[in-house]
Amino acid sequence: MLGFLIQRLLQAVVVMMVISALVFIGVFAVGNPIDVLISPDVTQQIRLDTIAAYGFDKPLWEQYLAFLERLVHGNFGRSFVFNMPVLQLILSRLPATLELTIAAVAGATLIGIPLGMYAGYRPDSPITKAIMGITILGFSVPTFWIGLVLIMTFAVWLGWLPAGGRGDTVMVLGIEWSFLTLNGLSHLFLPALNLSLFKLAMMIRLARAGTREVMLTDTIKFARASGQSDGTILRRHVLRQISIPIVTVFGLEFGSTLAFAVVTETIFSWPGLGKLIIDSIQSLDRPVMVAYLMLIAFLFIIINFLVDIAYAALDPRLRARRS
Amino acid sequence: MIDSAAPIARFWFEFRQSQIACVALLIIVLIAALALLSPWIAPQNPYDLATLVLMDARRPPGHVGAGGYVYWLGTDAQGRDLLSAILYGLRISVQIGLAAGAVAFVVGATLGTTAAFLGGRVEMLIMRFIDLQLSFPAILLALVLSALLGQGKVQIIIALVTAQYAYFARTAHGAASAERAKEYVEAALSTPLPSHKVIFRHILPNCLPPLIVVATVQVANSIALEATLSFLGLGLPVTEPSLGTLIANGFQYMLSGRYWISIYPGVALIVLIVAINLVGDQIRDQLNPRLRR
Amino acid sequence: MTARLLEVRHLATHFFTRAGVVKAVDDVSFDLEVGEVIGLVGESGSGKSMTGYSLLGLIDPPGRIVQGSIKLKGQELVGLPQEALRKLRGRRIAMVFQDPMTTLNPVLTIADQIHLAINAHERVSTATARQRAVDVLTRVGLPDADRRLDAYPHEFSGGMRQRVAIAIALLHRPDVIIADEPTTALDVSIQAQILAEMKSLVRDLGMALIWISHDLAVVSAMASRILVMYGGRIVESGPTASVLRDPRHHYTRGLLNSLPSRAAPGQPLTQISGLPPSLGALPPGCAFHPRCPRADAICLTAPETTGHERRDWRCHHPLTAVSA
Repeated sequence: MLGFLIQRLLQAVVVMMVISALVFIGVFAVGNPIDVLISPDVTQQIRLDTIAAYGFDKPLWEQYLAFLERLVHGNFGRSFVFNMPVLQLILSRLPATLELTIAAVAGATLIGIPLGMYAGYRPDSPITKAIMGITILGFSVPTFWIGLVLIMTFAVWLGWLPAGGRGDTVMVLGIEWSFLTLNGLSHLFLPALNLSLFKLAMMIRLARAGTREVMLTDTIKFARASGQSDGTILRRHVLRQISIPIVTVFGLEFGSTLAFAVVTETIFSWPGLGKLIIDSIQSLDRPVMVAYLMLIAFLFIIINFLVDIAYAALDPRLRARRS
Repeated sequence: MIDSAAPIARFWFEFRQSQIACVALLIIVLIAALALLSPWIAPQNPYDLATLVLMDARRPPGHVGAGGYVYWLGTDAQGRDLLSAILYGLRISVQIGLAAGAVAFVVGATLGTTAAFLGGRVEMLIMRFIDLQLSFPAILLALVLSALLGQGKVQIIIALVTAQYAYFARTAHGAASAERAKEYVEAALSTPLPSHKVIFRHILPNCLPPLIVVATVQVANSIALEATLSFLGLGLPVTEPSLGTLIANGFQYMLSGRYWISIYPGVALIVLIVAINLVGDQIRDQLNPRLRR
Repeated sequence: MTARLLEVRHLATHFFTRAGVVKAVDDVSFDLEVGEVIGLVGESGSGKSMTGYSLLGLIDPPGRIVQGSIKLKGQELVGLPQEALRKLRGRRIAMVFQDPMTTLNPVLTIADQIHLAINAHERVSTATARQRAVDVLTRVGLPDADRRLDAYPHEFSGGMRQRVAIAIALLHRPDVIIADEPTTALDVSIQAQILAEMKSLVRDLGMALIWISHDLAVVSAMASRILVMYGGRIVESGPTASVLRDPRHHYTRGLLNSLPSRAAPGQPLTQISGLPPSLGALPPGCAFHPRCPRADAICLTAPETTGHERRDWRCHHPLTAVSA
């Protein structure tokens, strides 16, 4: 197990190096960064000073090394727009995004797995056909469009729920949370629903495919032959076996949900990372873009790592092989 | 009785068994025709600012405009006839979806088959990179790229291709590796044919079925992704409105109840994407050997 | 007169697939007495496993029991509601499957799987369940059961896993155990051990056993009576010794002739020519006629079950008894 951990850790370092190089080239080396740093009508002297200060006159590889060194020290520079350290800015926005993402993924999982298991258990029932129809819509209809329809329906026509913002928050552990107040929850509901529909469709399909496969195995036949009810079989035998692929996808999808939060946050004016990145893209606030990309990459690697560990915990066969 | 027929005829015979897929295909053909013919059938040229009547801006569906013209689907903030704008928007969305899909197909398939053919370190390096890219959501990549490249058709196609070629590459690599191991390829390689000819004449044609499945899905994804980027203000400029741009323009008016500016372009977009996905599903089922009876 | 333990009459289980009706079980009748061991023999695809599933009420759509009756101690099982059938399964009739590698759930511990099987019929405390698990595992010859309860199936050998499966079948002391080729997937030495243990368990606990197998040699070592199945029907039945000595159906004789123990050393084994038919496309009349050396025009009509004393067969041209 220790060898496995070390191996994965080394892999993670290599991946982070590759990503940092790509981000560096993509964001700093394409175009002339100095043009966005200072206004065009400053004196030549100020221009040269700034170039020297940021090291743009040095060869590219030296700039990259300096960039890496700053990254390692957690120094992502200052946001041009907000005029504050980028790390601080990003960390202040992270909780809102995490709250939204977790609510969306958790909701998709809690609703999607039972629906998918039902669809796999009763493949020919009309309810299953309806569920599968919903998944086609969930896969096809772009997230932003669903968001519009949700706002249209629940905020504009019915007036039941607010169209945007975070609502009242409560400070717990030094972080603001929406889900702890009723008002905050009402603000969280629509964006979380919006963000979760694609994942819901995916969870349903996964759970259905897994259930169909497991239901045909001798394990299930034997459990039925011993008199166990279908409910017990689904809850104890099938759920446990399909949870292994689902955990993998859950982890990977958590990452992509973080990315899709960009769209949902823009529509619902949710003050999280996604809204921040869109704003900084539009104002060409490059340090924020870099920090966001590196943070997402870092989160991805951590998630992949956790998925591997969960995998081993769920599958006793794998656990045995690794130890 | 169909066993003796050509593969394409047989494929078509099986395809016709699914009513849903046939209806979807019909819709795609219809939309493609509308998109292609939009300059001739649209009642108004939405790019021609001179024809726009600002007085008629944000009118609901069915409104009779100043010139006695009926706006069946209403007008947008600039007084543009939405029906015409949607027809032109469909044209742009279809163009971009097809162009991005085609380029990503060529780039990805070439990269994947080449990697499978060359093997060794090159293969490992290429595939590692592609796996790494695939572990990141395509939307992020497209987002950053279109931010860096700026607005415009070519720019967005580049962004979409970069975000999506990896799916083709991995599929092509998988199929080509399996094909590479077969004896007829060894036989072809032992002749003095140049190796690129072996790739293009022998390996690639046999990788086509899975690539076609990926292609249908990716064209639908390209259209959705383009619409998403345009909605976020990173895709196409307002002067060249795609469906996503139209929806974005209408968003601010939606809260005051002027739903049609966003909703109708959205309906057109969704019908198109759902239809492509339904056809894609059917093709996938037909080409999947595990589901064959 | 007390009712028989199990009385199966004219049982027919058909599957209604898109390709046509598959007659997996067709007009099957037999009896089972308390404590009796019978063998159900046939090639794969002859409908013997489906007969077992029909007894348990485990036939899923598109299949269903289309006619016949199954009486367990006089109680009719055909047509019982699902929940009533579930309560019978594992408690009154239990089943053991062929491949122990796939019957146990790979991600649950042995203890968990036994608890689930106990809880299917009675509510007991975890401690009681555990004690019952230890008892029953010890009974089937698994040493050190207490320590091994928390292991996962993959930590066990094939023979040990099959013992666990048998233990689960024994949990509620059922009246009937259906064993569907439980030794086929095991090594020959383990196979002999399990056979011996099953035999003594049945004797000690007074249970009846239906032993399903394609292997006539195994069945003849276990069963006091043999039923030979072909194409979804029972083509011959009778006391083991009598059937082995005097086969009346040509298929039974073919099976016997292909047994290695019956062939003279150095001589090639006799085979039955042709392949067993698919249950979805059975030949008309006697399903065996395309492979039968004695077949003629009359074999295109289905033969009725005939026989005398305890021997039955379905054949227009039965073999004559060698030593009647």
